[in-house]
Amino acid sequence: MIRVVLPTHLRTLTSGEREVQLEVPGVATQRSVLDALEARYPVLQGTIRDPITQKRRAFVRFFACEEDLSHQSPDAPLPDAVATGAEPFFVIGAMAGG
Amino acid sequence: MSGVRVLVGTRKGAFVLSADAKRESWEVNGPYFAGWEMYHVKGSPADPNRIYASQSTGWFGQLIQRSNDGGATWEPVGNAFNYEGVPGTHQWYDGTPHPWEFARVWHLEPSLSDPDTVLAGVEDAALFRSTDGGQNWQELAGLRTQDNGPSWQPGAGGMCLHTIIVDPSNAERIFVAISAAGAFRSEDGGNSWRPVNRGLRSEGIPDEDAEVGHCVHRLAMHPSRPNVLYMQKHWDVMRTDNAGDSWQEISGDLPTDFGFAIDVHAHEPETVYVVPIKSDSEHFPLDGQLRVYRSRTAGNEWEPLTKGLPQQNCYVNVLRDAMAVDSLDSCGVYFGTTGGQLYASADAGDSWEPIVRDLPAVLSVEVQTLP
Repeated sequence: MIRVVLPTHLRTLTSGEREVQLEVPGVATQRSVLDALEARYPVLQGTIRDPITQKRRAFVRFFACEEDLSHQSPDAPLPDAVATGAEPFFVIGAMAGG
Repeated sequence: MSGVRVLVGTRKGAFVLSADAKRESWEVNGPYFAGWEMYHVKGSPADPNRIYASQSTGWFGQLIQRSNDGGATWEPVGNAFNYEGVPGTHQWYDGTPHPWEFARVWHLEPSLSDPDTVLAGVEDAALFRSTDGGQNWQELAGLRTQDNGPSWQPGAGGMCLHTIIVDPSNAERIFVAISAAGAFRSEDGGNSWRPVNRGLRSEGIPDEDAEVGHCVHRLAMHPSRPNVLYMQKHWDVMRTDNAGDSWQEISGDLPTDFGFAIDVHAHEPETVYVVPIKSDSEHFPLDGQLRVYRSRTAGNEWEPLTKGLPQQNCYVNVLRDAMAVDSLDSCGVYFGTTGGQLYASADAGDSWEPIVRDLPAVLSVEVQTLP
């Protein structure tokens, strides 16, 4: 079981819950987690990744285990703590403003 | 009993304001989609319960929302706006070629006859159509792939297609306007297009009367006279009497002819409203006085409408899609400001009252006149 924490804007599109729990088949990677997330909530398609290129949107970041994983390959295995559900996978909207 | 529903898009959500035909007591519902930029919310003329809304943020992209119950509940529909073929390039601010990139939907124009058909004007400028209630979107690529397309350049707010007008007497004829490319007309339902900018003069471009490159802010049409269009350009208020083949300036005695919004009275095709803004560098009313100007002569002669509007210390803006009219017997006129006020007049502009004063910055205002 993978725990994904969504930013406030995206919670308004889903259940409203801060954290979503997902069963992810195979190796847990950014791609497989986001595929499972979008399968649960199709409304999120295009909000985290570009719908065509599947690239992370410019102002979205992925954090886990106190690390910024945003620039890792989408197919790189996520940390064991994320794969086991011990730690959540954070989808973050970059901070902006004054 | 008849009434009106005002659909308001703001920087931080959408609001639905409702009143009976007296337009004295208002119910304010919202925010819907709180925290999201709502560039446009518009109802179907064919089914007033069907409403489309453009929801976006710079972080999380574009969604389209649809309501089938007059805005009480909403469901997300399709948000894939894919340019047809290899998109190519347009001009960037510095004159270099820049790839066409989808940013957001500025304007949604539901069909006059089919609630499931809707056009979308987007940034970077292109026109899309859905015929299944917004689930799937196809580009009408003939607009963007004109010979002059690669020369289009964004205005300061982005290269947006912000105005779509379908001729009510001929659904094959469509007008659009793009900042900063100009006005365009199709005679075949949107498949092919040509610029209709003859008569426009813009000091901010190298060739003042170029075929394209004009920063058109807004077009308006009265449905009974589909060959007559009014235009608020960056500077200059303009009119065409021949569907855009040629334009003449009608700024007349306006104190400044910069502005964004323009609209036409519901029952008087020669009565036009604008909100003059001081200048392109000072986006607020002249002298801190918020004044709508009305012409009853299709332009040139304008009267200030001030009753009920702040006449001192007012420094808000009124954006291009933030003015609309209802079609009750006594025409109602509505506009929203970047300060969050939504002003309404139930007497064609003679007097104004705020429906609500403290919304987020208003991006768009549309009105549905309900049976």
